[in-house]
Amino acid sequence: MSSDVRFTDFKSDKQPTWCPGCGDFGTMNGMMKALAETGNDPDNTFIVAGIGCSGKIGTYMHSYALHGVHGRALPVGIGVKMANPDLEVMVSGGDGDGYSIGAGHFIHAVRRNVDMSYVVMDNRIYGLTKGQASPTSREDFETSTSPDGPNQPPVNPKALALASGATFIAQSFSSNAQRHAEIVQKAVEHDGFGFVNVYSPCVTFNDVDTYDYFRDAIVDLDETDHDPSDRDQAKDKILESEKEYMGVLYQNEDSVPFEEREGVEGSMAEIPDGAPEGAMDLVREFY
Amino acid sequence: MPEDLNWAIGGEAGDGIDSTGKIFAQALSRAGRHVFTSKDFASRIRGGYTAYKVRTSVDRVESVVDRLDILIALTERTIHENEDELHEDSVIIYDGERSTMQDVEVPGDATALEVPLKRLAEDAGGAIMLNVVALGAACEVTGFPIENLDESLEKRFGDKGEAIVENNKKAARKGQNYVQEEYGEFDYDMETTDEDYVLLNGDEAIGMGAIAAGCRFYAGYPITPATDVMEYMTGRVDQFGGKVVQAEDELSAINMALGAARAGARAMTATSGPGIDLMTETFGLVATSETPLVICDVMRSGPSTGMPTKQEQGDLNMTLYGGHGEIPRFVVAPTTVSECFWKTVEAFNLAEKYQTPVFLVSDLAMAVTEQTFSPETFDMDEVEIDRGKVVDENEIDTWLDEKGRFQAHFAAADGVSPRAFPGTTDGAHMTTGLEHDELGRRTEDTDVRIEQVDKRQRKVETAREQEDFDYREFGDPDADTLVISWGSNEGALREGLTLLEEDGYDVRFLSVPYIFPRPDLSEEIEAAEDVIVVECNATGQFADVIEHDVLERVQRINKYNGVRFKADELATEIKQTLDTPPEATQ
Ligand SMILES: Cc1ncc(C[n+]2csc(CCOP(=O)(O)OP(=O)(O)O)c2C)c(N)n1
Ligand code: SF4
Repeated sequence: MSSDVRFTDFKSDKQPTWCPGCGDFGTMNGMMKALAETGNDPDNTFIVAGIGCSGKIGTYMHSYALHGVHGRALPVGIGVKMANPDLEVMVSGGDGDGYSIGAGHFIHAVRRNVDMSYVVMDNRIYGLTKGQASPTSREDFETSTSPDGPNQPPVNPKALALASGATFIAQSFSSNAQRHAEIVQKAVEHDGFGFVNVYSPCVTFNDVDTYDYFRDAIVDLDETDHDPSDRDQAKDKILESEKEYMGVLYQNEDSVPFEEREGVEGSMAEIPDGAPEGAMDLVREFY
Repeated sequence: MPEDLNWAIGGEAGDGIDSTGKIFAQALSRAGRHVFTSKDFASRIRGGYTAYKVRTSVDRVESVVDRLDILIALTERTIHENEDELHEDSVIIYDGERSTMQDVEVPGDATALEVPLKRLAEDAGGAIMLNVVALGAACEVTGFPIENLDESLEKRFGDKGEAIVENNKKAARKGQNYVQEEYGEFDYDMETTDEDYVLLNGDEAIGMGAIAAGCRFYAGYPITPATDVMEYMTGRVDQFGGKVVQAEDELSAINMALGAARAGARAMTATSGPGIDLMTETFGLVATSETPLVICDVMRSGPSTGMPTKQEQGDLNMTLYGGHGEIPRFVVAPTTVSECFWKTVEAFNLAEKYQTPVFLVSDLAMAVTEQTFSPETFDMDEVEIDRGKVVDENEIDTWLDEKGRFQAHFAAADGVSPRAFPGTTDGAHMTTGLEHDELGRRTEDTDVRIEQVDKRQRKVETAREQEDFDYREFGDPDADTLVISWGSNEGALREGLTLLEEDGYDVRFLSVPYIFPRPDLSEEIEAAEDVIVVECNATGQFADVIEHDVLERVQRINKYNGVRFKADELATEIKQTLDTPPEATQ
């Protein structure tokens, strides 16, 4: 059915309960467009989501999907893809989900480089639990659990990814619909782990990192002479902490996905009706 | 001289104790003798006492005993550690030329053979072969044909080249000749037979069972004593189109396995207590998302990091009750090394038939015990695969609702919904760890909540009806004394029973491999005068559940729709629960 798939085919009939104006609407639309544009359909797509407002995305999209536990979406996605490389796997969640409780998995998913995409809705706050500091919150950002600010510098997820050996790092902004969909599409098309950090503002709990702030601050890499294949250039841009960029920061065109390097050939779902042929050799080995 | 021979080699970790012991055990097995091995080891890589013990007989052996007939002592400490097990006919082989072994005092009347292991090994081509010199010496003492040892050396060193194999054979003969020349004849004469046995441990049997059962994805994180399962699968499952992934931690391991299972693969993870703790969060997700998953816990001594290299059966409650909320699950605990194979196969079938987590509970004693079996014990033709209610594109129509949506959590009468592997046309659906409706969509509707909880719980009832959750019975069926046990204690109890019989005690012994659901033992318990539950833990976790089973059933009022109890509702329910209303008061 691929040829006539439209992005709305990826929409479920469940109405999102996000606050009106939440950045996650735009992020999700871009994800659906990217999937449709890359020739996928709901029956060959698997979406894994974490917990948070952002994590609800799996519920609002239509495909094979799992909405797991907080912070563990990436390992689930890796398992799905390893067991059936023919599926298009997309993992999504929030900055708390991905860089706090799931930070360990993030680093290892990046270095494992399984062919999937990871879209993080970074609103620099915990939305679902009603406004506590997240790992990307500013050092002086006052929240219910940090009245004087977290008093520690935010994590830089793109730097973390680069240091972990990422083969694709991009930054996007949910309200810039066209560019956002394009960037996610590139992540989906990338042969390996396509990581996209999306500025996806929380209109309810974050009055610092707002649409206005991002609109003013953001610089589109397409309007600069940035060369995403140049890791040093990428590093410099990623480490410019006061700058907000949009576009593909880094892409290694020679990336070979983990499952390919490991020689995984096809779906593991098909198994014989009894023990596999030659199984008795497994016993004889113990002579 | 006893036909049932107990042999050990001991020294420091790093002395090659394990591989030397294994060479000897394999030689015995190949000579058609039964073998049961055990290990004493400490949690360190170099230094510290470690020993590999082999019990062997032409008859089956199912346990360890407190007796050592032949001891190869590479350190003085080895002798002290085993002092209590030595007897007047014991033979100790050690290198009296080593500075650390000069003042060795041989306990009791045991015979000491000073064999210059290191010097003879050097003569044969390298000091590193001193253990093999000792094996040759042991062959001479026991009258075990050295040709059988040669075969085992070929197997062990074959891929290192002909020269190494030959040197080792030479080293063995140096040990043999030395004993013959210096000490003369011994009256052991170890019998060999034409039987072909295989020699493997519980972890290997679990790995082998998993591959036989079609497990194609394994994710794990190394931990003693479960690591052998992972090491077994690595390299082997690939030959059948599968993969082992070493995850960054156990949280990741179980979630990867869950992902693979959702993609349609038979998937497993194995760990020990501390890893089970980390995985606990995901148990509920596995159960509510109705994903078939085998989670193997090879128990060791806890709590906390406890004694990582020591035996215990202390995680039973954890596997029975671990996780927040209430979830249907199966807990299956093999009782022997060969059962590790068959129960693993069964675990995969249970997982897929009922779309639940299945806990496969083993323990350190079983994991490190190598035992001989005739290869037919693992007859692969007997392996049956039941994938449960998987639907393909041809059947999916039956399971679509009026709007064409796949009802992955359909509240079927038997509690088991249809399952569509991703990629199946029209099967796309959402699943969430949140409470959900039949389509898998989040809900807080009280009625739907109850429907889904009941539906998941019904799986257990269905399984109780359809499966044979039985026990194995030994001893005298009419005895007044009933002994009940689970896990790896079976072998020792069976042998213990024979000893009791010799002393005139009649005992009935039930070995129970199903912890949940488990066989109803109330009749057996009522028929007995004394009931004893044997388990390797301090508090008697299995005894607790059994006591609980035979208590009189209390009536229950339960509520789980997400709303707290209300007074009037409770009053009504209590009235309904009471069979007879109270007599009217004047
Ligand atoms: C183990 C665990 N700890 C805590 C929570 C509570 N929790 C739910 S969402 C969330 C934070 C989500 O923040 P983020 O990932 O930034 O997503 P957002 O809601 O902002 O989109 C937390 C702490 C949980 N569900 N599970
Ligand atoms: S709380 Fe913030 S993140 Fe959550 S839905 Fe509302 S706007 Fe979006």
